[in-house]
Amino acid sequence: MQIAVIDLGVGNLTSVKQALTAVAPDCDVVVTSDERVIDSADRVVMPGQGAVGTWFAALHDRKLESVVRSSLANKPMLGICIGMQALFDHCQEDGGIDGLGLFSGSVRHFSHFHSAKDSATKKSNQERLKIPQMGWNQVVHSQDHALWHGIKDQSHFYFVHSFCANISVDADSSMVYGEANYGHDFIAAVGRDNVFAVQFHPEKSHDDGLKLLKNFTQWSG
Amino acid sequence: MPLAKRIIPCLDVDNGRVVKGVNFVGIRDAGDPVEVAKRYNQQGADEITLLDITATSDKRDTLLHVVEEVASEVFIPLTVGGGVRELQDVHNLLNAGADKISVNSTAVFNPDFIKQASRHFGSQCIVVAIDAKQTQFLARGDKQDRWEIFTHGGRKATGIDAIAWAVKMADYGAGEILLTSMDGDGTKRGYDLKLTKAVSDAVLIPIIASGGVGNLDHLVDGVKLGGADAVLAASIFHFGEYSIQQAKQVMRDAGIEIRL
Repeated sequence: MQIAVIDLGVGNLTSVKQALTAVAPDCDVVVTSDERVIDSADRVVMPGQGAVGTWFAALHDRKLESVVRSSLANKPMLGICIGMQALFDHCQEDGGIDGLGLFSGSVRHFSHFHSAKDSATKKSNQERLKIPQMGWNQVVHSQDHALWHGIKDQSHFYFVHSFCANISVDADSSMVYGEANYGHDFIAAVGRDNVFAVQFHPEKSHDDGLKLLKNFTQWSG
Repeated sequence: MPLAKRIIPCLDVDNGRVVKGVNFVGIRDAGDPVEVAKRYNQQGADEITLLDITATSDKRDTLLHVVEEVASEVFIPLTVGGGVRELQDVHNLLNAGADKISVNSTAVFNPDFIKQASRHFGSQCIVVAIDAKQTQFLARGDKQDRWEIFTHGGRKATGIDAIAWAVKMADYGAGEILLTSMDGDGTKRGYDLKLTKAVSDAVLIPIIASGGVGNLDHLVDGVKLGGADAVLAASIFHFGEYSIQQAKQVMRDAGIEIRL
């Protein structure tokens, strides 16, 4: 079985590759920006770090949007971090970016949710939330999913991000599989049919993260 | 469910070997960074920091191999610093499997490097390491506490105010600050809590407290009094005085959110 990890030339993909190799030593894990390799792979992982605008620019430069869209339609696919945010309708980052539109809703900066509340209550800096959210936060399973199997509800996963998809305003709750709280509840995992996507980094989330990746390698989608 | 505070063991690596001594029971080679990192990973460390203190730059490839090996066995965040001078160094370390790159002296000599690196690789992977010493700018007649930043492992004074520097680095795109008190480092008297609090209050990005930990209460103080988002320590963990689990238990008992 071949797993393609989409390489847009931004961010560290070594960790993703090494984690997948560790949980599925029999799989052929390929980090690639070759459209044909992605197209023929059995499963696709779409990671991302940094800015979503840069990510989309790289996706277009490498002419990979169509193979990403066809993969989203027909094979097990896992989005990670920016690779999750990109699946929404719209991202507020970089002055506003249209997303791939698989999930309705938009991705906004944490300060969009925090600043009004913080200034109203005159929170001290210690109580003020640091941005980016960087560290381990608990994920509540909103619904059962094959990728949660063997992972306890409210386990900690490693997050690094400044933008998030909000739950109450944007989301169709049937697509939300995981939630976390950082000043307010936000979407930690979304899914639909053959697609699952997480805001956190499973490749950096110790045993529970590896379990999620292992589940993905065995998921029929 | 707030974000958990992180406990970060730090390994000083010289020419591919852990120095400052590591003494775990049941570890075959206490100088092998991979063995040591694996042990901390098993104990539940939230992150691992590797600081390369190799004096000669022709030994850089050794570090890359170490990073590759650690990253292939340890699936928690890995921060690597020491001798990062060019964007290519950042690129090479990220490719080897580091998640965050810590930059110290280069940021002082060329602050724009932080702008470039954070723009290119993302703020999330650029950590600015600040080595600070308490000082009195007597000429200005200041009464309040002040700290000056040092480079070259604390040997060279810069005249730069630590708080102002932290604010500038955050503006330039740093994603996190690794703040070491040179006064505290190695003393086991605890973090410089005033310094930690002052920097934490001055910037919105996460702060890692470092330098001076002698017991587990110091970790609690770093978070509760210093306002740190993460606490880094080396020797208390290396010599098996305390395990990461013990540290986490003490922090949890003190009411701090942590990942057990």
